[in-house]
Amino acid sequence: MTQTGKAKPSITLWQYRMGEIRRYRQLYAMIAPYFLAFSAFTVIPVLVSIFYSFTQFNVLQPAKFVGMDNYIRLFLDDPVFLTAIRNTLIMAVIIGPVGYIMSFLMAWLLNELPPKLRTLLTVIFYAPSISGNAYVVFRQLFSGDAYGFVNAQLLSMGLIAKPILWLADQKYMMLIVILVSLWMSLGVGFLSFIAGLQGVDRSQYEAAEVDGIKNRWQELWYITLPNMGPQLMFGAVMSVTNALAVADVTVALTGFPSPSYATHTIINHLNDYGIIRMEMGYASAIAVLLFIAMISINRFVQKALRKVGT
Amino acid sequence: MAKAEKEKLTRNQRKIARIRRKAERAQRKGKPRTRFGKALTKGRSNRTVRGSIALLINLFLFALLMVFPVVFLVSNAFKPINELFIFPPKLFVINPTLDNFTDLFDLLSNSLVPFTRYLFNTLLIVLLGSIGHILLSSMAAFPLAKFRFPGAKTLSNIVTLSLMFTAAVTAVPNYIIMSRLGLVDTYWAIILPAFSMSLGLFLMKNFMEQVPDALVDAAQIDGATYFTMLWRIVMPAVKPAWITLFIVSFQTLWGNTAGNFIYTESMKPLPAMLSQIAGSGVARAGVVAATSLIMFIVPVVVFTVSQSNVLETMSTSGIKE
Repeated sequence: MTQTGKAKPSITLWQYRMGEIRRYRQLYAMIAPYFLAFSAFTVIPVLVSIFYSFTQFNVLQPAKFVGMDNYIRLFLDDPVFLTAIRNTLIMAVIIGPVGYIMSFLMAWLLNELPPKLRTLLTVIFYAPSISGNAYVVFRQLFSGDAYGFVNAQLLSMGLIAKPILWLADQKYMMLIVILVSLWMSLGVGFLSFIAGLQGVDRSQYEAAEVDGIKNRWQELWYITLPNMGPQLMFGAVMSVTNALAVADVTVALTGFPSPSYATHTIINHLNDYGIIRMEMGYASAIAVLLFIAMISINRFVQKALRKVGT
Repeated sequence: MAKAEKEKLTRNQRKIARIRRKAERAQRKGKPRTRFGKALTKGRSNRTVRGSIALLINLFLFALLMVFPVVFLVSNAFKPINELFIFPPKLFVINPTLDNFTDLFDLLSNSLVPFTRYLFNTLLIVLLGSIGHILLSSMAAFPLAKFRFPGAKTLSNIVTLSLMFTAAVTAVPNYIIMSRLGLVDTYWAIILPAFSMSLGLFLMKNFMEQVPDALVDAAQIDGATYFTMLWRIVMPAVKPAWITLFIVSFQTLWGNTAGNFIYTESMKPLPAMLSQIAGSGVARAGVVAATSLIMFIVPVVVFTVSQSNVLETMSTSGIKE
């Protein structure tokens, strides 16, 4: 009886927690099916990837622990991976910011239009990103022979003497993959911007007019952007993730593997080892690095965005 | 008074008048005078007609650039074979024909597995996947949006975090997990992962947060269970959100070739068969063009029909801190 000053709590924290869980058991039952599936197909795969990235594993034989070997091999022994990193970064640095700003500016311009016209243009701009593999049409547009649309136009205008191998010449492949990716970059983030812009309170603009906002650019910076914070965040997440995930376009347009790996991306490399060569451990190491890159770049961009309009 | 002096005075007056007119014009410059001009600036004094027109021209040019490949794709599908290989290639079709589509259906009706089977497979995957996704997401979104219980915040944060990486990252372990579960070469390998797409839960949860608490509280006082609250009160109020979730899962599943998971030919979805045709080269250029158009047009039509619901849902799509 030395600590008489302290009243003993009637229940421990643990008991309190358990009580809460029992109290909300119906709610836990409701979220259970989703999170069961979510764990099985999203959380566990990430953890499994981290585990396998330290092993050598070909699905048929049991995994063999190799420590950091996969990571060391990636950076010291795999020049193609370094090319893939370079290509992915070049693409992401252009596609991410340009696609993002393009999405916002176009949503902002559309917002001024009458509803019918706005709907029509929204569908036109959004269509490329949802249309499955419509980007294969660029194979005909940029076909390497004289029958390719772009080559034919340039030839008949006399700008070039012989057809350009747009999709096989290292000078142009990257450019075209970037163009096509930008064509497809007005996606879910773009819709979020359109919806967000319609939600900005009209009276704020009227008040700003009285308070001396001189033109629409000032209006954009001082009123629209600060009102769009959450949408800007969401759009950024979508842009960053898409910009780092370019893969199907390069396969469809420049082939796999692309000539001299000129448009080989990290995901191309991942699929090469994971699906074709069945080196699951090595592929997992690539996946883990990409995962870390995506999360940390997203975090960084979010920090930067918090400064907009403040 | 000298005549010269008088003349000088009038000249000065004229000069003053001219400067005044100039100043007036400068002030009026770019300000709307007509009703059309007022519509362009929304009647706001801090906008100019000239600026509005310049921006509209930019928008128009951008729209042309965006729509150009689509026009090419659409008109290719209706080009007879001699126009597909004409030099120089034309953007628009001259003698439109449905030959490419009839060729496509001839080809499909002669294939080992009938076309309707591929269509059935895709519809089954899309419907089951979407329904399951909507059910599971709304069941999970309701507690997360409306109640505070231990773990709720953490789970929401994990879902938001998972928006930040693509499915490609988890492709390899997903295959291993599917084979462990014995689901490889079944429809479930495609359907089950679609249930737990994180974008759907994220959008649904944000939209449900907009439902007034008073509605839920009233039901709770009346003694309704959580399930009744969800089905009777919240679900009818969030109709735009479940339409949006349907669109999102439709778009993901429609183009899915199930390449790594389904090997049995009669269980493959439509895109798998269509990409086989697309891979068959120059001889079938017309059929390929028709195929591309069909794959393109379906999701676009589905989106167009439901776009107002989608935009309503997207208005709550922001990531809050």
